[in-house]
Amino acid sequence: MSTATPTLTDAAVDITDLTVRFESKRSRTTAVTNVSLRAEPGEFVTIVGPSGCGKSTLLKVVAGLVPPTGGAVSLLGRAVRRPQQDIGFVFQRPALLEWRSVRKNILLQAEMRGLDRSAAARRADELIELTGLTGFEKALPHELSGGMQQRVALCRALLHQPPVLLMDEPFGALDALTREQLNTELNRIWRDTGTTVLLVTHSIAEAVFLGTRVEVMSPRPGRIVRTFPVDIPPERDYAQVMSDERFDRLATQIRGLLGAGANH
Amino acid sequence: MPQRAADRSADPVTDDQPGAAPAAALSTGGSSAGDGSRPVAGLGTRLARLLDALWRPALLLAALFAGWWFVAEREYMPNYLVPTPGQVWETMTEDWSFLMRNTYVTLYETVLGFVLAALLGLGTAILIVYSRTMEKAVYPVVLFAQVIPKIAIAPLLVAWFGVGLTPKIVLAVLIAFFPVVISGVAGLRSTDPELLDLSATMGAGPWKTFRKIRFPNALPHLMSGLKVAVTLAVVGAVVGEFVGAEEGLGYVLLVANGNLDAALLFADLFLMSLIGIVLFAVVEIAEALLIPWHASRRGGVPLATS
Ligand SMILES: Nc1ncnc2c1ncn2[C@@H]1O[C@H](COP(=O)(O)OP(=O)(O)OP(=O)(O)O)[C@@H](O)[C@H]1O
Ligand SMILES: [Mg+2]
Repeated sequence: MSTATPTLTDAAVDITDLTVRFESKRSRTTAVTNVSLRAEPGEFVTIVGPSGCGKSTLLKVVAGLVPPTGGAVSLLGRAVRRPQQDIGFVFQRPALLEWRSVRKNILLQAEMRGLDRSAAARRADELIELTGLTGFEKALPHELSGGMQQRVALCRALLHQPPVLLMDEPFGALDALTREQLNTELNRIWRDTGTTVLLVTHSIAEAVFLGTRVEVMSPRPGRIVRTFPVDIPPERDYAQVMSDERFDRLATQIRGLLGAGANH
Repeated sequence: MPQRAADRSADPVTDDQPGAAPAAALSTGGSSAGDGSRPVAGLGTRLARLLDALWRPALLLAALFAGWWFVAEREYMPNYLVPTPGQVWETMTEDWSFLMRNTYVTLYETVLGFVLAALLGLGTAILIVYSRTMEKAVYPVVLFAQVIPKIAIAPLLVAWFGVGLTPKIVLAVLIAFFPVVISGVAGLRSTDPELLDLSATMGAGPWKTFRKIRFPNALPHLMSGLKVAVTLAVVGAVVGEFVGAEEGLGYVLLVANGNLDAALLFADLFLMSLIGIVLFAVVEIAEALLIPWHASRRGGVPLATS
């Protein structure tokens, strides 16, 4: 998919001194300021921070959907100047086409990219099964729960096996149990595919369970206040990780940093 | 469907009698539907819904008809002003081929005018949405064309294009064009920006994005515009015929009026309305087929949603 194969020294995502300001006639907002973040290929970076600190903005800059006001961003060794295609993006809202069935929403990815139809169809069926959407292939988005819609968006982002996956609170609308299940699935998918993942979440538990590294951001204008490497082997089991004392220590530290602003 | 049920339960008790039949049909129709995991409206259910939607307006129409009959038969108004239903029926059957020929002419002008207005309107909407320059150049002109009273320019059009079909079609286009543009622009602009972002990360070009995202997303808006447009196209064609024509329902109306032939006039009016209703229904059906997914059509009843 990528035209330039990343060399050993290329980071999957490399953000240096990023500043993003939004200006309108009435207001001027600095969403993020002086953010530097580097994700090596295969890393799973989770980002936590208070609401409105610029997490979504950060992901959109990496995807080339929001232009940086200052600083440099590169993806797979190439500077980001326009919307990037070597990514799978799960938006904060499901962003489904309401006239398309679950299956066809997932296959949109293949249609837009002109991928091989039968291979894409097979992969879509795999993903549907993996995310527990079996039986709802023909359902329209309005017939699904919010969590199911978000799972469809996840399948769509995974269909083309992107080298970099950007996820903006993908499981925010899910109940705790489904969330655990999908976290476990995501952990497995990540290990199987070797994808680099940048995942934004409000849940500290999720951030620690999934990440090889947790980045904690400050309130707006968002900066990265601290980076926590997660010293737990990549293959993770929910019950095990939760009872792990390293998990507890990390979670406590992160919660302390975020103060009362965060949940979980 | 729960919405419909709630709707019915809210009916006053006096509605029991006519409401009972559709309700029974609905329950039998419902059991034959739902072959998959999703409930699909079966033919029986649809028919029941249609009946449910129609009996109230039908009742009102029947009352109006009875009132007309009463007034005309008793000659509270002279028959050269208000003919009896019988007289209208006689005219209708006697002049059937004459009326049909003229109905055909008006129908032809209307449909052609409507189709042209739809195509031109959609094209203009696309230009406006996709190009800032075009928006600035075209929008004021479109608005200007809309505020000119069409009836006032009808004589001019006849002077330019003669008494043939052309001025009627032009007038129908002019009058039906505006709602298509407005609804097209609103529809195309209503695309969720995140869907456009998504499309960009998929590497889709503008044409693919239009075809798979923007256009389908605009359809609900566009269809309401088309419904307004189709009824206006009839007005355009008839106004064109008023000003200068040798055939068509508008022309027949003028002749009937001149001869104080109220029966012919009523028959003519009836046919004009029929054209409007039939074309409106055709657009409604097209809408039901094109956007069954839209909120306005879920378990919707044709004719009851607009
Ligand atoms: N398109 C935009 N135009 C103007 N301001 C924007 C835009 N997008 C985001 N902002 C502003 O930038 C700031 C950061 O927004 P962002 O959506 O990145 O926050 P977030 O960290 O994702 O918050 P949340 O956790 O609630 O999703 C907010 O103050 C927001 O008002
Ligand atoms: Mg956000």
